[in-house]
Amino acid sequence: MPTITLNRKSIEKLIGKKLSLDKLKNSIEMLGTDLSSITENEIIVEVFPNRPDMLSEQGFARALSSFVGSRKSLKDYKVKDSKQKVIIDSSVNEVRPFTACAIVKNLKFDNEKVKEVINIQEKLHITYGRNRKKVAIGVYPFEKIKTPIKYLAKKPSEIKFQPLESSKEMTAPQILQKYRDYAHLLENQNKFPIFIDANNKILSMPPIINSHITGKITEKTKDVFIECSGFDFRVLSKCLNIIVTSLADMGGEIYSMDLIYKNKKIKSPNLESEKIRLDLNYVNKLLGLFLTEIQIKNLLEKMNYTYKDKTVYIPCYRTDILHQIDIVEDIAIAYGYKNFKPQIPPIATIASQNKEELLHEKILQILIGFNFVQCNTFHITNKENLCNKMNHNAKFVELKNALTQEYNILRSWLLPSLIEVLSKNKHNEYPQKIFEIAKVFTQDLEEPFKLSALICSKETDFTEIKQILDSLLLLLDIQYKIEPIEHSSFILGRVGKIISNNKEIGFIGEIYPSVISSWDLKMPIVAFEIDLTKDF
Amino acid sequence: MELKTLIQTLHPLERQVLPFLKESKTLTSLIQKSNLKEVEVMRALQWLENKEILKLTKKTTEIISWDKNGEIYLKKGLPEKIFLNSINHKTTLKDIKEKTDLSEEEINISLGILRKKLAITIEPPYIIITGEGKKLLEKETLEEKFLKKLPLQTSQLTPEDKYAYEELKKRKQIIKTELKKEREITLTKLGEKLIKEKIETKNIIDKLTPEIIRTSAWKNKDFRRYDIKINVPRVYPGKQHIINQAISYIKRIWLDLGFKETTGNLLDTSFWNFDALFTPQDHPARDLQDTFYIKDYKGKIPKELALKIRKTHEDGYNTGSKGWQYKWDEEKAKEFVLRTHTTILSAKTISKLKQTDLPAKFFTVGKVFRNETIDWKHSFEFYQVEGIVVDENANFQHLLGYLKEYYSKLGFEKIRFRPAYFPYTEMSVEPIAYIPEKKEWIELGGAGIFRPEVVKPLLGRDIPVLAWGQGLERGIMDYYKIKDLRQLYNNDIKLLKEIKIWK
Repeated sequence: MPTITLNRKSIEKLIGKKLSLDKLKNSIEMLGTDLSSITENEIIVEVFPNRPDMLSEQGFARALSSFVGSRKSLKDYKVKDSKQKVIIDSSVNEVRPFTACAIVKNLKFDNEKVKEVINIQEKLHITYGRNRKKVAIGVYPFEKIKTPIKYLAKKPSEIKFQPLESSKEMTAPQILQKYRDYAHLLENQNKFPIFIDANNKILSMPPIINSHITGKITEKTKDVFIECSGFDFRVLSKCLNIIVTSLADMGGEIYSMDLIYKNKKIKSPNLESEKIRLDLNYVNKLLGLFLTEIQIKNLLEKMNYTYKDKTVYIPCYRTDILHQIDIVEDIAIAYGYKNFKPQIPPIATIASQNKEELLHEKILQILIGFNFVQCNTFHITNKENLCNKMNHNAKFVELKNALTQEYNILRSWLLPSLIEVLSKNKHNEYPQKIFEIAKVFTQDLEEPFKLSALICSKETDFTEIKQILDSLLLLLDIQYKIEPIEHSSFILGRVGKIISNNKEIGFIGEIYPSVISSWDLKMPIVAFEIDLTKDF
Repeated sequence: MELKTLIQTLHPLERQVLPFLKESKTLTSLIQKSNLKEVEVMRALQWLENKEILKLTKKTTEIISWDKNGEIYLKKGLPEKIFLNSINHKTTLKDIKEKTDLSEEEINISLGILRKKLAITIEPPYIIITGEGKKLLEKETLEEKFLKKLPLQTSQLTPEDKYAYEELKKRKQIIKTELKKEREITLTKLGEKLIKEKIETKNIIDKLTPEIIRTSAWKNKDFRRYDIKINVPRVYPGKQHIINQAISYIKRIWLDLGFKETTGNLLDTSFWNFDALFTPQDHPARDLQDTFYIKDYKGKIPKELALKIRKTHEDGYNTGSKGWQYKWDEEKAKEFVLRTHTTILSAKTISKLKQTDLPAKFFTVGKVFRNETIDWKHSFEFYQVEGIVVDENANFQHLLGYLKEYYSKLGFEKIRFRPAYFPYTEMSVEPIAYIPEKKEWIELGGAGIFRPEVVKPLLGRDIPVLAWGQGLERGIMDYYKIKDLRQLYNNDIKLLKEIKIWK
């Protein structure tokens, strides 16, 4: 979740009243943001990913001020027509087909505000913009741009400009070499998208970087041109709405632009509210409350909605309202989670434990009786442990994207995990008797539960482990026999398969000395492993 | 304690040692006198000390004893004596060499000593014994006396001893001094009284044996009284792993609340793990850096349900939602993942429910996986518990009710609820509990009501499904005061045996 740092004074100024520390803390938490810390000057909060509109100081204050009751209902943002155009060339279709743009004028920037704008941009990039893949945002000093602006794609070799904070002009391939963070989003494309003004000056190459000349805002900037580029126009215009409303809350005036696509002309931004029908019975039934229409209306206004005739008008910067259930949650938040009365309904249900789990409990009881200690190890392991050290060519399933070589495959048998436990317990007293009941993974992607048990001590031998197996299967009422087999992890002539009901259910034996040594162990080990999904 | 009772508590070893305590005041002499092994005497002395019958003090003393040559001379006599003995009339040095088996070195030393003692004179080539020398032959020298008296403590030497000691010290390997640790025994007043008592060694029963029971030999005899307060060597039983103990405990709570246990695969398709839970295909949780994908495998997905899920994602289908408005890719849904949450099981369970099964309550406890490196607070494998209530008439207050009951059974008395966000629930809620020892509120997990976009495609109808879950490890670490998550999975056998049982 993104963490944002807010200036407490400017938040209080935006809310329009001073709140006590407790009230502030409580309100932030109960509004649905995670308060990390609060001091005299700073408020640090984590914003849930469904509320990118709260990533800016202005957006956060907007939500909070209504919630604490100092302002009400949907704020009306005025949009004037700038009559300026952005022409979208069809050459961008292949690489980054859409943009949504706007102009905000008469901003009174200072150092702090410039930083704040960059901050909003960055937070949105990371979250809603999915690291610039879904949305890349550019903010430019409008004074330095001559309209109409064009959005088009060119061959990388034909693109050359001075990137932000760089001292010289570079070609597009050079730029990709230097700015690696998002380079993967353009690499392998034949053409790269650029914004270019009427003087043929490049404004930026989204989603990589702006121009130093035409794409850098400073405290002297009064008017800004904003664009969001990406693949889904609806997503882009929502993102644009979040930015322009925040800038408007800073004191700016929003101006629309005409986006000239090949087949249509679109006015942008579009700050009109979307509407959604609300079923009042649905609200009350889900919340277990008996709210009147007026109460619901008031609660909705606390969350910046407008309510009229069973219809809810959604603020233009909200990206997360898909279903009326989302409105119901906001009503619940406005009502206050602490005001609900927890209760358990009188319904009859019958409890039951899983059969497999019951069997595991029985085995556990028996082996604990034999003084065995239960282990709990990881399912993910490596080839060295599963095969090489066991002197056994086990088949296994591999992870596609493991972070380390140490944990990159799924275990296909359980015994190596237990021997690994022994290798970590060399400093402890012997004899060591351990077992585990856990899943292993076959190459058919089946996940049988296995039981593996072993004894490691100076004196142990085949007889001792067979006594345990024999007693265990006897108590579980399972007939079995043992037939000799060859198994490269065990000593030949001291290893056998366990057969029950004509099916092989496992193996038992004395571990081969070289296997013991390869784990850097010094004591004899005897072990068995059985498949618990067969015939139990 | 009365003397008589005290006597009844005496161990056979103590009884054997006691009679010798009148005279023996050191461990060494006690071992000699009692004919017992050193460990036995030592144990007896320690027990007696515990009973305040005696006091043991450690003392380090310097002991003088024979060295290599000293041991030989003790038998054969000192070389100067042998030398002196071999002198007759007109004896030359050559004669002496032939008559005795003294080495060149011993002869030279003897010459030096005897001349110093005026026992001989030399009139080349003859060596002549003096009157003084003859006297010397008739009596033992101080050195000889001293050699016979050894071993001795340096601190207890007489002036004569001291003279001999100084003389012999100068010579080669005759005597040596060693530091010796000795334990000295001092009887307490109680001890003094006790040794005057008659201490029975026969008519007292120590270990009760089948033989004694069979023959009734115990009748009219006293049983030795044991010191039942004494520490005994620790032993430990076989044990359930601490994580599994916690799991068993939590299962009991769910069963008490009337929930049915479900279990399922750790490996499954993205379809069940994400798509069925209305998680859009570009959601960060589905990234390679968050979820483990399986190499070279693609799974099958249920055709009819897949169609519903596709539509729900794309435009909301018949759920009343707008959907995520993107093009759903079936191939992405087929990828195999290690389940990232137990919620996958809830989705599968809901998909199998029939109208007649309702209302129904399910829970599961199991491993889930995240693509993380392991450190003190993160792991790529951990346990989650999860419960759902599928009930036509369930509401948000019921969700809070179940949560409150569940967590109070887990031992959290003071609970609050605050808004939260999860992609598949709406209302989403995070229960937090006040921990008096820490004086802070801690997060207990996540909860909510499944979104209609989750429930309707799976169940065919949109009814409330209450759901909640939590990670297990943190609670276990808190209880056992374990600071490093890795320690839970270290399987240190000593720790597993010795750590207390789960509450």
